[in-house]
Amino acid sequence: MKAKQFVERLMNALFFLCGVLAIASVALIAVYMIVSGIPAIHEIGLLDFLTGEVWASTAAEPKFGILPFILTSVYGTAAATLIGVPVGLLTAVFLAKIAPRHVADKIRPAIDLLAGIPSVVYGLVGVSVLVPLIAQVFGLPKGTSLLAAILVLSVMILPSIVSVSETALAAVPPEYEEASLALGATHIETIFKVSIPAARSGIAAGVVLGIGRAIGEAMAVMMVAGNVANMPALFDSVTFLTTAISKEMSYASGLQRQALFSIALVLFLFIMLINVVLGFLLKRGGRKEK
Amino acid sequence: MHETKQNRLSGRLPLRRRLFENGMRAIIWLCAGLATLLVVLLIGYILFRGVPSITWELLTSQESYLKNTIGILPSILNTLYIIVAALAIVLPLGVGAAVYLTEYAKNPRLVRAIEFTTETLAGIPSIIYGLVGMMFFCQLLGLGTSLLAGALTLVIMILPTIVRTTQESLKTVPENYREGALGLGATKWTMIRTIILPCSIDGIVTGCILAIGRIVGESAALLFTAGLGLKLLGGFFSAMGGSGATLSVALYVYAMERGKFDIAFAVAAVLMVIVLIVNFAAKMLARRLKKRS
Repeated sequence: MKAKQFVERLMNALFFLCGVLAIASVALIAVYMIVSGIPAIHEIGLLDFLTGEVWASTAAEPKFGILPFILTSVYGTAAATLIGVPVGLLTAVFLAKIAPRHVADKIRPAIDLLAGIPSVVYGLVGVSVLVPLIAQVFGLPKGTSLLAAILVLSVMILPSIVSVSETALAAVPPEYEEASLALGATHIETIFKVSIPAARSGIAAGVVLGIGRAIGEAMAVMMVAGNVANMPALFDSVTFLTTAISKEMSYASGLQRQALFSIALVLFLFIMLINVVLGFLLKRGGRKEK
Repeated sequence: MHETKQNRLSGRLPLRRRLFENGMRAIIWLCAGLATLLVVLLIGYILFRGVPSITWELLTSQESYLKNTIGILPSILNTLYIIVAALAIVLPLGVGAAVYLTEYAKNPRLVRAIEFTTETLAGIPSIIYGLVGMMFFCQLLGLGTSLLAGALTLVIMILPTIVRTTQESLKTVPENYREGALGLGATKWTMIRTIILPCSIDGIVTGCILAIGRIVGESAALLFTAGLGLKLLGGFFSAMGGSGATLSVALYVYAMERGKFDIAFAVAAVLMVIVLIVNFAAKMLARRLKKRS
């Protein structure tokens, strides 16, 4: 009996440890990000670091301004969202409300597949199809540009927007739509004036999820954006927050290396902010459904 | 039926509403068509460019300047090793966490904290995992740039997937199974071991498959933890200490650092096939799981 009790206690403790592991991991990541990110910011000065327009980490007199990276990440993500959201939302509308069931059942897994494609594969297709195409169409010497990154990102965020929005649209109570149809609205008018507004917090969650994906994406962007620390311009080679880190990490040392950790801290804060917004939206959506 | 009635109605609508109706309908079809076409073109293009370069020699040899061969066998093995190592570590931890959340935890505040952090982990970009993995596993724990460090980094990354899918399938185990087992005098751990876990094996397997998909596609988190090596590392245990690229990382190296696009596309095609299999398997299992609940 005693041995049995011991095993019970032991397993209880082990399961508890497993449960707490997630908390420990997040704490570990947060602590590491802050501890390793602060020193360089302290040395460079917060304002110079965040608003400096020049990043010349390997120059004789190094300059560490990450404004180009921040703006590139923000502009790139915003533009990818502007392209991805309408296409994704309308595809979700199609799947949830318009497509016959057997058509939707074929298209849905195809779009889910987009989420499974590794980001390096997106990068590879981007660099071997999109980049030469952009160079040709716009008569540029090199096609690696913010535009290429935006297009790649807008495809990459599609699946999250589509699947979350579709779930939200499918969860709209049918009574709402029936009432609208009974009042004489057409099917399409009902979708845009009743279904989408009713599902808006779910849709917003999908959009925010997509934004999180886009801002955190590193490899695909690294392959198509050119990785020069320019201020963002559509046809220029640019560096995102993520690529600024991965580009120099392998050989960086000293203050340069610490500055890379500081960039990671900025990125981490962005992501945390997005997570909080996402949690808030999902909670609001969940409460309304009840 | 519903549709045709709508169409008949819209014929009598005022012009502006009719324009909106038909215009929006066209745009919706266009967007859905565009998204689908994109998937088909993307996959078709990768297979079209990649499959011709896949030869038996490519799959079974390593790169050698002396013999003038190019092969991706090391990357294939590294990928398998990392999958095995990461799953072997993450499974007990993830399943344990899920069991704790559904069977043991009584403090709702702790449960919420665990669930919140699990979701947070799912949202953190892989490049940050790579950095923390590099600092914690490679440097602080002294593992160096090695497959083991890469696998441990991936463990944290796929933990949420395993926890979530296991939790979902634990929830489908009927409450009276638990009551029955406890009523017969089983202790909690006996009940979990003999009733709960066998009943939720589908969900655990689904989690593993999704995790494999994630590991196969991951590159940013492995760049600084597992390294870029393209040489054969030997057996499982000696490979764990060596630095090597998985298929995704090898794709990056071939495309961007060596400019060998043929090989990069061949690797991409291999990856696509794996992704297709993983997706299909996960769908099948999910369907089975749904049928049962």
